[in-house]
This record gives sequence, structure tokens and C-alpha cells, in this order.
Amino acid sequence: MSDYHFHWVMALRDLPSLLQGAVVTLQLTILSMIIGVGVSVPLAVMRWQGRGVWSGVAGAWVDVARNTPVLLQVYAVYFGLGAYGFNISSYAATLLAISFNNIGYLIEIFRGGLATVPRYQYISGRSLGMSATQAYAYIVWPQLLRIVFYSVMTQMIWAMLNTSLGLLIGLRELAGAAEQAQSVNYRTLETFAMAALLYYLMAKLLILGAELLYARLYGRR
Amino acid sequence: MIEIRNVRKSFGETMILNGISLDVHQGELLCLIGGSGSGKSTLLQCINGLEPIQGGEILVDGVDICSKSVSINHLRRKVGMVFQQYEAFPHLTALENVALAPRVVAKVPRREALANAHRHLTHVGLGDKASFYPRNLSGGQQQRLAIARALAMEPRYMLFDEVTSALDPELVAEVLDTMRTLRREGMTMVVVTHDMDFVRESADRVAFLSAGEICEIGSVKQVMMNPQTEIVQKFLGRRSSS
Repeated sequence: MSDYHFHWVMALRDLPSLLQGAVVTLQLTILSMIIGVGVSVPLAVMRWQGRGVWSGVAGAWVDVARNTPVLLQVYAVYFGLGAYGFNISSYAATLLAISFNNIGYLIEIFRGGLATVPRYQYISGRSLGMSATQAYAYIVWPQLLRIVFYSVMTQMIWAMLNTSLGLLIGLRELAGAAEQAQSVNYRTLETFAMAALLYYLMAKLLILGAELLYARLYGRR
Repeated sequence: MIEIRNVRKSFGETMILNGISLDVHQGELLCLIGGSGSGKSTLLQCINGLEPIQGGEILVDGVDICSKSVSINHLRRKVGMVFQQYEAFPHLTALENVALAPRVVAKVPRREALANAHRHLTHVGLGDKASFYPRNLSGGQQQRLAIARALAMEPRYMLFDEVTSALDPELVAEVLDTMRTLRREGMTMVVVTHDMDFVRESADRVAFLSAGEICEIGSVKQVMMNPQTEIVQKFLGRRSSS
């Protein structure tokens, strides 16, 4: 028999501060995905075409982002930039680090997807008078997104969970808020269990939101 | 008119087009024939600016397509193209397939573009398939869809690159019928094909390519019935006996 007695009422008093942390987590997740997709798509196209400086940049980015711990990426941004006199907030540092990590993974996801869209799709768009950008935007991209949708969702959840590393540089996102609350209320298990449940619900919410957005933009999957 | 002057094209060391000169006259159907690797398909892609050329010039209505001051995207609106591969856009319905380029490239308002698209689909006999996705169309229907899509940009010229080669035999006729309809309507067409029956029936002129050069060019009667060079005689002889 365990000696631990659950006192949910005491922990529930801290639910409001956990919810505040959850809002920060959601913001970081969505912003880091917007930055991640925005930067990784052009880099993925250039890496896929496989020549030029930007292809090399994309390759190096993938290498570093995927082969080092996310924790060190967070530290590198926060303390690294600090060492050069750029003192940024823990919020900005977490956002930059998670975006950096997202870009590395998303480049590979989009590059893999690009290889599955037949080349003639692009060429026939061009033959109709579309610019390269138009052919990518209207023909390649919607097909690509359908293929990589769930990989991107997985990455988004991964990004959300990784924002909890912000707690180590003093950010009050969900994990940070839970850490702070349990150090005062001493209901460690209850508080972290609530945080875990909130993470789970946010993950479900994010995927539902992304599916609705996709359906709105591109119709039935 | 499309004027092709001494065009050279190579991929690395390999010479594909070795000084081709050719005129395509308004309203004619010109067929390009020849063995595999003779450069016919590459020539079509060069006319549409999809492949850069290393020498010579290509003029469409007097405009040099390689000139830096000419927008190739603008020029392509004059020259429609249909490929051997089925390249219908799978994420769009037949109607949206046809309406996309007019909306995006020519900035035609949505309602008008969809109405026009319906007209072009009807023209190729797909009026009742407007809401179908390409995966629910046969290969022949997909190729007719590709033709309608090219026609929607109101081109002056149409290029066909072996459009029936990937089709099941029973589906070839419907695509060729569509092309014959276009010819009757006066569309200027350049057709790469291995279908010699189509060439005999429908072409105004025929050019025979071999190793990146034009061996013979002339009327169907001249080239098909009375070829002058041994290589063309051999090619046609092998075809008719098979």
C-alpha cells in the first residue's frame, strides 16, 4: 500500500496558473510551427533541387537540428546569444530554439513529400503559363500537404512537448507553471498529473484545429 | 506562325537536336515522327520553353522565346501542351483542373473561369464529368481533360507529345477524335506520334526526325507514300509490316 494520499482540491486551486502556462505553451507551439513551415518549405524545395548555397544551408540545418538534444538547442540560444550581448527573454529564446528544431525536421518531411509528387505535375503547371512559384503554390503544395499532413502533425505535437524545456531557463509555460505550483502546494503528483492532462487535451485540440484548417483550405482529405 | 531556326540542344555531351529548322504554318497539323531518341519530344519541349536551347532561335508569332525581355510565362499562354503522362491535377475536380490556370495566370474571375471551363469540358466530351476527380476518370478521359485544360488558356498553338502512347488501345480513338475536332476548327497543331494511321488521315505535313536532324519534311503523300531516304523507307516499312 502506498502512503501517498491524493488531495486534488489543494492542487486544483493552482489550475488557473496552470491554464495561464498552457496558453503560453499553445502560443509557442503555433508560432514555432508557423515559423517552421514558413522557413522549411523554401529550404526543402532548394534541398530537393539539390544544388546551390541554400541546399547546403538546408542540409547543415537538418544535420544540426536533428543530431543534437533540443535542451542544448534551447541553452545555445538563451546563453549563447546572451554571451554575445543579445539578452533575450526566455520566451523568445524558447520560441527561437523550438523553431530552429522544427525547421530541421520539417525540411526533411517536406523534401520526402516533394519526391512523391510527380515531376510532370509541376511541368504541366509551367506549360500552362504559371510561374514556378504559382506551380508550387497551386499544384505541388496542396498535393504535398495531403501526403505529409500527419508527419507535420506529429512534429507539431513534438514541438509542443519540447516547449516544456523552457522551464529550465525560467519560462512559465505549462510545465514551468506546474513546477512552480507544486513547490508551494506540495501536491506534486496531482499538479503534474493535471499538467499532463492539459498537454494531452492541447494535443488533441491542435490536431483538430489543423484538420479543420486543412478541410477549409483544401477540402475533404 | 512558329519559326524554328537552326536549333541545337544537348544534354551534357549528348547532342539531342543538331540544327533543326522548321516552320509551322497557321492552321496546319504538323506531325513529327521518328524513332525513339530522335529528338521529337525534346523539340516540342523547346518550343514551349520547357527546355533551354544552346543554339539557334525559336520565334512564336515573330517573338524570340529565348529573348531575355520576353516573359516565357506569358508566351506559354499562346502555346498549349499535352504530355504522354496523365498529368491531371489529382487534388482538383475536372472543372477546377480546367479553371485553375485561367484564374491564376490570366486572372479571370472565378465565376467566369468556371463557366468557360464547363464549355471547354463539353467541347472535349466531358461535360457530364465536371465534378469528377481525375482518379475516377479513364486514361482517355484524363487526356481529354488535359486537352481541355490547355485549351482554356485560349492558345493559338497546341503541342501534343505522344498523348496516346500510354493509353489502352480501346481508349486511343476518343483522344484522336478530339484532336481531329480541333483540327477541323482550325487549330494549329504540332503532334509527336507513333500512330501512323493518324498521320496518314489527319496530318497536313510530316517531318521525319533522326538523330536530332530532319531527314524529310513534306506533305503526307511525299513523306509517307514516297519517302526519298533509306532511313524513312526502312522506318515506314517496318511499321506497315508489323
